[in-house]
Amino acid sequence: MSYFEFLAEHGTTLLLGTVTTIKVLICSMILYVIISMIFGLMRLSKNLIIQGIATVYIEFFRGTSLLVQLFWVYYVLPFFGISLEAFVAGVVALGLNFGAYGAEIVRGGILAVPKGQWEAAHALNFSPAKRIKRIIIPQIFPIILPPAANLTVELLKATALVALVTVVDLTFEAKQINSITWLSAQCFGTALLIYYIMARLALVPFLRWLEVLAAKKVGRGNA
Amino acid sequence: MEMGFRWDFAYEILPQMLWATFNTIIAAGVGYAIALVVGLFFLLGQRTPSKIINGINREIVEFIRSTPLLIQLFFVYFVLPQFGIKLSAWVCGMITIGLHFGTYLSEVYRGALEGVSKTQWEACRALNFSTAYTYRKIVLPQAFPIAIPGMGNYLVGIFKDTPLLSTIGVAELFHAATAVGGYNYRYLEPYTMVGIIFLILSVPAAMWVRKLERRVNIAQGKIKQ
Repeated sequence: MSYFEFLAEHGTTLLLGTVTTIKVLICSMILYVIISMIFGLMRLSKNLIIQGIATVYIEFFRGTSLLVQLFWVYYVLPFFGISLEAFVAGVVALGLNFGAYGAEIVRGGILAVPKGQWEAAHALNFSPAKRIKRIIIPQIFPIILPPAANLTVELLKATALVALVTVVDLTFEAKQINSITWLSAQCFGTALLIYYIMARLALVPFLRWLEVLAAKKVGRGNA
Repeated sequence: MEMGFRWDFAYEILPQMLWATFNTIIAAGVGYAIALVVGLFFLLGQRTPSKIINGINREIVEFIRSTPLLIQLFFVYFVLPQFGIKLSAWVCGMITIGLHFGTYLSEVYRGALEGVSKTQWEACRALNFSTAYTYRKIVLPQAFPIAIPGMGNYLVGIFKDTPLLSTIGVAELFHAATAVGGYNYRYLEPYTMVGIIFLILSVPAAMWVRKLERRVNIAQGKIKQ
């Protein structure tokens, strides 16, 4: 069986799996960005309780393995009466895990904004909320986007794990085809290629574009 | 089925889990050792004068870095036997982890070498030291401390990725938890214990790495004490 015959027979299945992978990626990306923002800010709170909650959250999710968290959400939460669909469980686990890493990036970004900016906003009598929203947040994007881009590529790779809790994504389909046909090189090789194309030709250019956009917005890029 | 955490069951499976933890630590250690060496080879590929080798090296590194470790594991585990190379799950796992994280470590090495000031090289050239001598006595001793935090981070990273080995049947901690859970139809205790064991081992390790990082930064004058 030539490779083209393989593609003709199983290409559609793999592409359908790819669509699921993209869905998982987009949903968990949105979730992790929101969580990173919230916990990154909480981490810098002067209130010790809020700061403590954020620290425990971040240390917990960075300290354990993503696969363990994923299985815990999918197989153990039902013991407590919370049954999540596989897709939701996957997105939640990915979002929580990467949110913890993202929160550290956000924290670093906020700390990297020059102190003068805070002081100037203070001097202009902006409210604390306005200070964060209008002055600090727009300035952190050029700082946090490069590390966040790396993290997002890691997220794309990590979406492969949701196949292990029965989400029918690209990895799941590749595994399935492998167990039927035993054409391991073709199906896993194709899956690897698709992940590579998604990362190099779609995700990375998109993130670079965001970086340029963010740099322009604060007047640092060459418009 | 009984709800809530059953302490007696947790206690009963504890010896099994601890034994499997031992396997996990060995897997992480061996994988890391391979990754350290593989990283050196990728670094070498990057620094050879040949443009063609540079390019090939870069593409390989990019490819390995932007594809999931899980599928790489499957690939090595299922494809090699079709070419007549029969390796155990352990060996496949160690090779894959070594290759995957070797690409990351080569970046750490590169960053560390570039972290050594160029004037050091110029001074050595002026003193007529050979390249080998310059590396051995001047550059590497300065580059090594810069590389330590990154190297430590990936040790913790490898440790946290070892559960993936369970998918090809390596009997590490997560594999044991799944087996125990399946046997007793109770996943709450085994998976929770895996989480706790990971926390106990990796949080102190990560804190230690951060402390090292701080020390290196202070020594380099990047931050003040």
